[in-house]
Amino acid sequence: MMAKLSTDEVRRIANLARLGLSDDELGAMSTQLGAILEFVDVLQTTDTTDVEVTSQVTGLIDVLRPDEVRPCEISRNDLLANAPAVEKGFVKVKRILE
Amino acid sequence: MSDKNTTNLSYLSIRQAHDLLVEGKLTASELTKYYLARLAEIDPKIQAVLARVDEAAVLKRAADIDTQITAKRKTGHPEKIHLLEGIPYTAKDMFLTRGTATTAASKILEGFMPPYSATVIDRLEAVGAILLAKVNQDEFGHGGSTENSAYHPTHNPHDLKRVPGGSSGGSAAVVAADVGLFSLGTDTGGSIRQPAAFCGVVGLKPTYGVVSRYGVVAMASSLDCIGPIARSADDASIVLEAIAGRDPHDATTIEVDDYQFSRSTSPDGLKGRKIGLIAEYLEGLDDTNRAVFEEDVEFLRAHGAEVSTVSLPSLKLALAAYYVLTPSEISSNLSRYDGIRYGHSAQATAADLTQTYLQSRAEGFGAEAKRRIMIGTYALSAGYYEAYYQKAMRVRTLICQDFMQAFEQVDVLIGPTTPAPAFALGSENHDPVTMYLNDIMTVAANLAGVPAISMPAGEIEGLPVGLQIMAAQRGEHELLAVARAFESEAEESGAESPHVSTARPEL
Repeated sequence: MMAKLSTDEVRRIANLARLGLSDDELGAMSTQLGAILEFVDVLQTTDTTDVEVTSQVTGLIDVLRPDEVRPCEISRNDLLANAPAVEKGFVKVKRILE
Repeated sequence: MSDKNTTNLSYLSIRQAHDLLVEGKLTASELTKYYLARLAEIDPKIQAVLARVDEAAVLKRAADIDTQITAKRKTGHPEKIHLLEGIPYTAKDMFLTRGTATTAASKILEGFMPPYSATVIDRLEAVGAILLAKVNQDEFGHGGSTENSAYHPTHNPHDLKRVPGGSSGGSAAVVAADVGLFSLGTDTGGSIRQPAAFCGVVGLKPTYGVVSRYGVVAMASSLDCIGPIARSADDASIVLEAIAGRDPHDATTIEVDDYQFSRSTSPDGLKGRKIGLIAEYLEGLDDTNRAVFEEDVEFLRAHGAEVSTVSLPSLKLALAAYYVLTPSEISSNLSRYDGIRYGHSAQATAADLTQTYLQSRAEGFGAEAKRRIMIGTYALSAGYYEAYYQKAMRVRTLICQDFMQAFEQVDVLIGPTTPAPAFALGSENHDPVTMYLNDIMTVAANLAGVPAISMPAGEIEGLPVGLQIMAAQRGEHELLAVARAFESEAEESGAESPHVSTARPEL
């Protein structure tokens, strides 16, 4: 399809992925991603017009359980222990509304 | 009670260790100390360990298990001693282990202390197995050499200048080097089987859903499988039996008819067994690798198997489908690392929320994780979803159909596990596509969800190679019966057989 992705395209994808990339990384990615996309392009050689998609291989459909309240076995403190910033038992984040 | 001078603990099987424990000739404490000493001696050479379980806690647990074992013996119930009771093991760093740091070999999880353990870790705890250490891997499972670990590479015990394979490279290396009796690995596209082949040990990827993924760091959720790396098919089957089963915490787990994997229900032996040789896997082999594989095939024939060649034409598309589906699922799964709730965070220095995301992820992820996030995001983005992700899911259907048709003709399928033995450290990690080609013979089993095992099957210039055996979905008993028969026939043939990797690494 294409041998190289433009750096603008790479920048657009990085922003969608919320992934900061340096200028060096942007340059390298445009070549490497192009090579990977070229490699997977072989898929287009096969006609799959009447073929269904497979996303689940063992045939399970709609695995449900009763919607019941269960006690959490893990304490609030343990769950918060890995958070970078905590205040009054909550995870603290940057302001989201101006 | 025991005498260490008369009990050689080197390269024990699980049943041998179990018998010694049951007979009171060995204690779990002694066995644990043996492996801890072995680890201290070997790890500086192979560098397989990322985190050790607190040693005092490990020894206390071993002592408690010794008390249990003694009680069961003295009350006349030695049969209640589980095969894994008192058996030391290690786990890939993908498994959450409460109280022991878990990083998936990524900087983004450096110092992360899991608040709970994976279901499989809990199951092994419940039967009395003893976790010694968390071992190295490619970051988040992305790679086939363990060189993508954010911490350090691991060395192949058979040749320290070579990779152990990956992504479960630490697991294969410690099992080959006799550190612990088995290791837990994860396999999304060959990450249990390929390192097992490179290190001359057994790697078992079960049917998708037979083992719970709860509490295991997610790579590509529709493909991820959990399984053992061990030194024999029998040992692997014992571990599978202990970890398999439905889990309310993992809705994709399936029920199987018979969980007693360690007791084969199929008639043993290779006689009359219908084995299909995958034609597509032989095309890319060079003469040396083909010759070793053909000796394995002759060996199977000589022991009564009916070997025929089977074609699965869509396998030619398997690697491309895999490298669309996997990064797509990876980009989704890795979106949880946002620098907010856990893991590396740039929040303290970032200007705003968006910068917190961008910088935390930029600083925390390694190069291959970033590439896969980018490819996956691209493949799932508006305008490309149909051409890439949907197309790959349709090709996946064709691959599943090819496997189903093949298993109407034969009991199991075989092929080499890898196109060649372990490569040199630093030789292939510069070009992502070259690295991806290592997975060419292993990804199809994940796409189709079928069980597969890699067995030690000879050597090329002192480096082990693997024979891969695959069965139909839920065909673990058939798979393990063939693997056990191959193993025992090869052992009986002894040194004259080129098919058994008798060589133990000299370390």
